[in-house]
Amino acid sequence: MMSIADEIRTRLAALAPENIELFDDSAAHAGHAGAASGGGHFELTIVSNAFIGKKTLERHRMVYQPLSDLIPHRIHALSIRALTPDEF
Amino acid sequence: MSTQDTIRQQVTENPVILYMKGTPTFPQCGFSAGAVQILKNLGVNFAAVNVLADPEIRQGIKEFANWPTIPQLYIKGEFVGGSDIMKELYASGELAEMVADLKAE
Repeated sequence: MMSIADEIRTRLAALAPENIELFDDSAAHAGHAGAASGGGHFELTIVSNAFIGKKTLERHRMVYQPLSDLIPHRIHALSIRALTPDEF
Repeated sequence: MSTQDTIRQQVTENPVILYMKGTPTFPQCGFSAGAVQILKNLGVNFAAVNVLADPEIRQGIKEFANWPTIPQLYIKGEFVGGSDIMKELYASGELAEMVADLKAE
């Protein structure tokens, strides 16, 4: 089975990102209640032309959409920075 | 009343309402704790719903705004966003503007 980090990257390819930085912060949360289910904590920075002209709320929806069935069991928490190439 | 109706009533009746894990005094998640801190820093009165205490609200709130994560902030009946968006809007000053007319005198 693909690792959850690889799964996230693969699915976000739909947004044609120029850059994806995905930091697995799960270790910092080991032991707390949310981590007990085994879901990962991730910090994502994604850079794509697809975000041009979109507000933050809409950008986050675009990121969540292809990941929705992974939340909350495989992805317990996901911090998102969704930037256009100019903003990066 | 359906869960969706309950939520609609809550966000309509409370000008600032946070759906969170735990309570403002005892948050059960770092993201919820951060959201509470931002609202406290703004000095605005807010209602809080502990989704861990109500499984139907916990699931229903995700469907209500079509947003998969908690915390969720609503101002004047409108979905504002989750923890990252709150941080961004707080840092830019936009969140303060959104609640300026609601601040306790």
